[in-house]
Amino acid sequence: MQRRYRKGVVRMLKILKNLLIYKWLVGMVFLLVFIQALADLFLPTLMADIIDNGVVVGDVPYIWQIGGWMLAVSALGAAAAVTASYFSSKAAMGMGRDVRRQVFTHVEQFSLQEFDEVGTASLITRTTNDITQVQQVVLVLLRMVVSAPIMLVGGLIMAISKDARLSLVIIGAMPVLVVSILFILKKGIPLFTEVQKRLDRLNLVLRENLTGIRVIRAFTREQEEQVRLEKANRELTDVSIRVNKIMAFLMPVMMLVMNLTVVAIIWFGGIRINNGAMQIGDLMAFIQYVMLIMFALVMASMMFIMVPRAAVSANRINEVLAMRPAFQDLGTQSADRERGTLEFDHVTFSYPGAEEPVLSDITFSAKAGETTAIIGGTGSGKSTLINLIPRFYEVSAGSIRVNGVDIRDASQDEIRSKIGFVPQKSILFSGTVADNIRFGKQDAESHEIEHAAKVAQADDFIGAMEDGYDTYVEQGGSNLSGGQKQRLAIARALIRKPDLYIFDDSFSALDFKTDSKLRAALARETEEATVLLIGQRVSSLMDADRIIVLEKGRIAGMGTHEELLRTNKVYREIAESQLSEEEIA
Amino acid sequence: MSDIKKRPQRGGHGFGPPGANMMMTGEKPKNFKATLKRLLAYLKPRRARLTVVFTAAILSTVFTIIGPMIMGMAITELFEGAYGEIRGETGASIDFGAIGQLLLLLAGLYVFSSAFMYLQQYFMSSVAQDTVYDLRENVSTKLERLPLNYYDQTAKGETLSRVTNDIDTIGTTLQQSLTLFITSFVTIIGITVMMLIISPILTAIAITSLLLSVFVIRPILKRSQTQFEDQQRTLGELNGHIEEMYTGHPVVKAFGHEKKAIHKFNDTNEQLYEAGRKAQFLSGIIMPLMQFIGNFSYVLISVAGGILVTQGRISIGDIQAFITYSRQFTQPVTQTANIANIIQSTVAAAERVFELLDEPEQTAEAKGTALKRAKGAVAFEHVDFGYGGTPLIEDMNIHVEPGQTVAIVGPTGAGKTTLINLLMRFYELNAGRILIDGIDTRDLPRGELRRNFGMVLQDTWLFNGTIKDNIAYGKTGASEEEIVAAATAAHADHFIRTLPDGYDTLLNEEASNISQGQKQLLTIARAILSDPPIMILDEATSSVDTRTEVLIQKAMNLLMKGRTSFVIAHRLSTIRDADLILVMDKGRVIEQGTHTELLDRNGFYADLYNSQFAKSAVS
Repeated sequence: MQRRYRKGVVRMLKILKNLLIYKWLVGMVFLLVFIQALADLFLPTLMADIIDNGVVVGDVPYIWQIGGWMLAVSALGAAAAVTASYFSSKAAMGMGRDVRRQVFTHVEQFSLQEFDEVGTASLITRTTNDITQVQQVVLVLLRMVVSAPIMLVGGLIMAISKDARLSLVIIGAMPVLVVSILFILKKGIPLFTEVQKRLDRLNLVLRENLTGIRVIRAFTREQEEQVRLEKANRELTDVSIRVNKIMAFLMPVMMLVMNLTVVAIIWFGGIRINNGAMQIGDLMAFIQYVMLIMFALVMASMMFIMVPRAAVSANRINEVLAMRPAFQDLGTQSADRERGTLEFDHVTFSYPGAEEPVLSDITFSAKAGETTAIIGGTGSGKSTLINLIPRFYEVSAGSIRVNGVDIRDASQDEIRSKIGFVPQKSILFSGTVADNIRFGKQDAESHEIEHAAKVAQADDFIGAMEDGYDTYVEQGGSNLSGGQKQRLAIARALIRKPDLYIFDDSFSALDFKTDSKLRAALARETEEATVLLIGQRVSSLMDADRIIVLEKGRIAGMGTHEELLRTNKVYREIAESQLSEEEIA
Repeated sequence: MSDIKKRPQRGGHGFGPPGANMMMTGEKPKNFKATLKRLLAYLKPRRARLTVVFTAAILSTVFTIIGPMIMGMAITELFEGAYGEIRGETGASIDFGAIGQLLLLLAGLYVFSSAFMYLQQYFMSSVAQDTVYDLRENVSTKLERLPLNYYDQTAKGETLSRVTNDIDTIGTTLQQSLTLFITSFVTIIGITVMMLIISPILTAIAITSLLLSVFVIRPILKRSQTQFEDQQRTLGELNGHIEEMYTGHPVVKAFGHEKKAIHKFNDTNEQLYEAGRKAQFLSGIIMPLMQFIGNFSYVLISVAGGILVTQGRISIGDIQAFITYSRQFTQPVTQTANIANIIQSTVAAAERVFELLDEPEQTAEAKGTALKRAKGAVAFEHVDFGYGGTPLIEDMNIHVEPGQTVAIVGPTGAGKTTLINLLMRFYELNAGRILIDGIDTRDLPRGELRRNFGMVLQDTWLFNGTIKDNIAYGKTGASEEEIVAAATAAHADHFIRTLPDGYDTLLNEEASNISQGQKQLLTIARAILSDPPIMILDEATSSVDTRTEVLIQKAMNLLMKGRTSFVIAHRLSTIRDADLILVMDKGRVIEQGTHTELLDRNGFYADLYNSQFAKSAVS
């Protein structure tokens, strides 16, 4: 616990470095919280005076006078607190904003290599939830926890100054309170994790039941699924009851310790008054101090929960910030030496840390107007190969030339501006249909957009939509069918009029009629460019000028359909499995 | 995503800033009263425990309220003794016996108060969780009874959020807010009574200042509420942007959109900062302001109290007690205001859950006719079907002999799954009937009917369990040998054995530890093991590599052998060899017949055939 805590604090401090730009704000917060705490600490003394010298003797003008002071002090405290709130919100939210910006800007530089390493989902939580979590904790720290030590020490000083011997009661009660709170939390917090786990489990089973409803009913497994659900439900309920029964101790114990302390103080205070060592107002002030001290202790205990929690988040953020893109973007040449050409020159690539290369010694070249198709099994390295061209990953050996220029000698922006890339998964963004096509060319005119859509065979369905090109596409394109998404992704690439087209299995969701129309239109559009095409079906690739058969990261054959049928065993096997005899012939 | 955004964020077990839950904006339920009544009915079986909870809550609160009164008495005793002594009154001294008794009583009260508080929370935890358990059980039973079109028409996230988030909200409220509501209510009444007993004049001062603070706080609260909504909204926007840009990272990079993405991010981030700063600032000033007003009222009470004491109308201990009461007064009042909000959003959540529970269920099960194992003759007689007024199938008639193959063809989105839905009675017919071996499918219990069907679809549903369990899903109590035999027949045995744990490999949640093609092989093995007389297959194998595809094809051919098969066909050979081809477009069966018959007709099929296969067949 101790060591883990310390480690957590270090992690938090790293993130808190970002507060440094706000050091004046934070300094102000500290100062103001200090003033507020002093005001809070001074008030009970004034109250005691009102009782002892005003109420007891019936001196109403005195009460008014001290009451005026009290209001002044209290107003000062309130003003300090309000201003502190202003500065602390500014500092905490500002820090959150800065860290968020840093992380996002940093992540935007990442190549796919870093994305693979951390995982997209994890990067998302790190940039969203984790930062929000840290920001929230910083806010609470600035607002409440900062004042806890001041109140604690100040309260003790005041109490001791009122009556040192009576303060022994407080000293005795403090550890009882802290230990009991920490004990309950220590028992309870691990169970919260368990609750979360079982909740996830229940959600998982539920999700499976929703998505698999057809299969479940087809196999008449409704009863068994009921039992699974019931079990997950029962387990969650059991642990929830257990954790709540433990947490049920927290409030009563805290109240009991505080209340009994007050009772003890009245008793011992009475004795002190009897001895003439104390006045009745002081006793009442003393009780107020006890409350302040106890409250500060509860606040301080909260740190023990909050800091380690936030530290986990802070650590995850630091990890992202510490990652450096695996390669630099230093090229300066412009990529326009031989337009519409692509060359792979003995390219080898391994993923970092992998024993075997994914691609070995890939060499081929394509000229303007040619179509090159790549076919091969899963894990043969097809997608990796095309991901190397826009420099999503860095080749381990050899070189790739686009338009006759080594992709490392030109900037990534320059190279990518020459490429029309259609990924396997059609990723669309929230925005209108036109926005999504314009993604390929930011200054595109509307006639360009319409032309691209027409070639991609998308104009029909766009025209059929209520708002046409202004139809709103939901995040991830969830309101479009797979085929529609694919056609928009193709239009997005077409509008750039690039020198190099890359299609990664991009026609899979299209029916054959649309597919063939699209191919015909594409052929006209890509006359001066080179086309690289990945596919699964021989029938969709057999017209290519060059077919590359990839197997285990190596070129197992290269040539036209007819050549490969004659010379390449792997290709023939694939073709035979897919096409009937007359189709092959 | 949007779902999460709209919901008020509950603090859960975390520690938010104070007053943060005051900012909750409750959604308004449509029918508050009826829903609340129905929700309360769920508490009925736990009446006994609830009575304990309520009694304990009331007792604990009452004891807490009496506390300051007794403490005041002790202090008065102390004061009178001490000052009597100072003034030198004869026989005046502090009566420690009396004080001791009072303090013992006080300590006892506090112990009991804490004990009852514990009891109340202890019992409430099982009351709350058991209620939530019942709700979840009802929902899950309901899910099994809902017709399939409910699932097809409702977003999964929507249903899931009703079952998880909404029920969770109900649970949290029961656990935390219900007893708080009771104790706050009792406290308000109790304190008012106690204050009135001590001094009506001081009570008037205390209540006036409370009203004053409500008056001051309200506009701030309102403004901060809008700011918090603003903050939530921008946060949702920003997170949405982050999610989109990260998931679309390759595309963002490929099209050089990083700068634009950062630019938009910075704009929204700045907005979030502004909204967040304002919201947090406003919520941060509520506490100090309330404290200030509290101190103000303290001074007034002291002044008035001082006058009253000099007039001898109340004692010094009473003032101490009164001040304690007036300090305890604000908390329950603000709490009740919160709880009103919480209850409102809880009832709204309950309403959504009840809506789900009130969805119409599938038609009642037929009993009686038994169909052990069909031979596999399938007939559609004058079948009409459609959703919401638009007819999709009208007067459809087909006759399939046992062992025949029916190919279903058509462009994507032609509604090929509709036929499957009707065959397996996932959906009900509008008119006509479907016969299996001459028996109307509606005369059979659904389970009995479906046992005769096997299904291998493109959407390969596997569950989070071992490969063995997933294959055995097709047959309850299947032996190890049967499973391996089925896997072998489905050409899945080889790849399974290359996995680290073989047949005991645990499929993860997305089943992403095996490839799409391998998943398909597993579903085939599952179908082989269940060995039904009628098969429904989808030949589509997108994102499956070519090698695996060969295996899938082989396994499918084996599966079709000797069975009546309905195939959503993509392969020319399947279509040509089919005994019957159903051509579908836009949800309707537009042509049917054999390959040659349909080509002769020179209609949609001929057109489709020529565009799809002619070219490759010619070359």
